[in-house]
Amino acid sequence: MATDAPELTYNSKIEGELFVTKADAAINWLRNNSMWPMPMGLACCAIELMAAASSRYDIARFGAEVMRFSPRQADCMIVAGTVTYKMAPIVRRIYDQMAAPKWVIAMGACASSGGMYRSYATLQGVDRIVPVDVYVSGCPPRPEALLDALLKLQDKVKKERSLSKLLSA
Amino acid sequence: MTTDVEITTAVSSQFPSAAPRASADCPAFNVPATEAIAVLQWLRDRQGYDFLMDVTAVDWSAEQSPRFTVVWHLYSGTKHTYVRVAANCASDTEPSMPTASGLWAGADWHERETYDLLGIKFTGHPDLRRILMWDGYPYHPLRKEFPLAGLPTEISDPEIAAELKEGVISAPMAGGPFVATPGEPMSEAEPRAKDEAWNEHNEKPE
Ligand code: SF4
Repeated sequence: MATDAPELTYNSKIEGELFVTKADAAINWLRNNSMWPMPMGLACCAIELMAAASSRYDIARFGAEVMRFSPRQADCMIVAGTVTYKMAPIVRRIYDQMAAPKWVIAMGACASSGGMYRSYATLQGVDRIVPVDVYVSGCPPRPEALLDALLKLQDKVKKERSLSKLLSA
Repeated sequence: MTTDVEITTAVSSQFPSAAPRASADCPAFNVPATEAIAVLQWLRDRQGYDFLMDVTAVDWSAEQSPRFTVVWHLYSGTKHTYVRVAANCASDTEPSMPTASGLWAGADWHERETYDLLGIKFTGHPDLRRILMWDGYPYHPLRKEFPLAGLPTEISDPEIAAELKEGVISAPMAGGPFVATPGEPMSEAEPRAKDEAWNEHNEKPE
């Protein structure tokens, strides 16, 4: 009988409340709230990226304050600035070095489309070399716009089927 | 800006081969390429032009000969005046000029830039590599025949190029060059395509 061995049953007085969730939701919740950025600050937009990290805008409120200059420790590359063709292979290499899962925010007109630099030296949009999740318009975008992009990315990550991706990887 | 009025006669008496050059601002001289460094050194050591402001070059386009002119701008820290020296490159296809990096260490990067963008070889330069475009880039972008949009070529890193399977493209020039117009209001003056009659989807009207 079950009462003869009470230690084998779940005792909520000792063990606390129980939560039931989906693996996807749990994994995404973990990923969402500590999205460590890889700051790819290549031009003027990087100044706004810095402002977004500083006390007035405080990107830490959304769990993305740990700017990692090592791609191995970063989840989300924020391409903030003009990507020249000379820099493009380096951006791609850093992206390749980031551990999956990884996301990319193209911050500003230059990163999204080449911006006003329709010239021989400028990559016409960073989506030509890395897959971009969120584009931010503006030249430069205000820090609020970057925070909005981060929230958009978090919404996107929330809907990902993380478990099946992990199992099939 | 003050002008050094005596410099014109001083240069022409010291270097008979130097000729005055049309100029809207400071005194300017045309000198033969072979004498350029001697003139620069004399200006630096005897005339107090101790600071090299700029080294650049002009491409007068492929139809012109001489095609390339190298231009130096000097400033005198004691007289507070400028002077401009220009010399034509002897060859139109393989332009070269003696380096001024022995006189001013700062000439080093200016000359690398001039080499990178206009393809002028500075003989005697200690390290004449490209400075803005990557090593191995096949063109000199400030030459007149080079289009603003650029020409297709490979990305510099072969490993990444193989991974991406695409290279440098000509930038889409839809609507013509993307430029600012001076004046007001801001909404009109800001950089934009000036000719909206054509874009990526509609051909440019002839
Ligand atoms: S989008 Fe504007 S602010 Fe941002 S890097 Fe380009 S030119 Fe600078």
